[in-house]
Amino acid sequence: MPTLNDYLILSAILFAIGTAGVFVRRNLITILLSIEIMLNAVNLSFVAFGRSLGTADGQIIVFFVMTVAAAEAAVGLAIVIGLFRHRESLNPDTFTSLKW
Amino acid sequence: MTLFYLFAAVAVIASLLVIAQRNPIYSVLLLIASFGALSGLYVMLDAPFVAVTQIIVYAGAIMVLFLFVVMLLHAPAEETEHDERVHPLRRPGPMWFGAVLAAALVVELLWALTRAGGGTGAFPAAEVISVRAIGQALFTDYAFQFEVTSILILVAMVGAVILAKREAAKP
Repeated sequence: MPTLNDYLILSAILFAIGTAGVFVRRNLITILLSIEIMLNAVNLSFVAFGRSLGTADGQIIVFFVMTVAAAEAAVGLAIVIGLFRHRESLNPDTFTSLKW
Repeated sequence: MTLFYLFAAVAVIASLLVIAQRNPIYSVLLLIASFGALSGLYVMLDAPFVAVTQIIVYAGAIMVLFLFVVMLLHAPAEETEHDERVHPLRRPGPMWFGAVLAAALVVELLWALTRAGGGTGAFPAAEVISVRAIGQALFTDYAFQFEVTSILILVAMVGAVILAKREAAKP
């Protein structure tokens, strides 16, 4: 049977992949997707810890993380649409001025 | 154990491909595959509620929202000052720095995990936590947080509508 350590290592690897995506890619949509990967890695470790402790708290925290992720995706994508209307680009390097 | 490695491999490979794709549509679809594998892992962790929510809410709602925006914006190519024919992960400069930072993060986390003492980490025998137990905890111990979350969703909805709204024509 897989142990808690296996799940935590998998979670660490997924989190690092998400971090790499945020740093490496220059596309706003892909950066938001990388943030989703990181959130899911954290969810996995929450569920694994909850299973290890035998309580429902881990799953409830995952429930809250999912709602926050949904809110973040909605607002983030609305901002992306607004930025794209202004500059016709999804490259974050083009959005360097605060006001135009 | 084999099933764990199968799901873990699918999740890791799909996530790697998400950040390696040029076209955001493929990225979104691969991320849905990754979420499917994670849902299998949740089933193995005796968390059927989270597994189902992962499919319905994440793969079904959030990712469809992403897919919708990708198709709406219709900007598949990644625009940089670099040559378009070069794959995004092969371009010089900050790309390499980001990859090195991510590798350093993996090493650090694995180091921390292998140093953690206290047994092998094998799971104790326990009953599957039912949806009834989760619902009861959610509406008794976590009732306040639950209501705050509903307000958060409302704020996010209003904010998204206002942000995405076209500016009204000035008179």
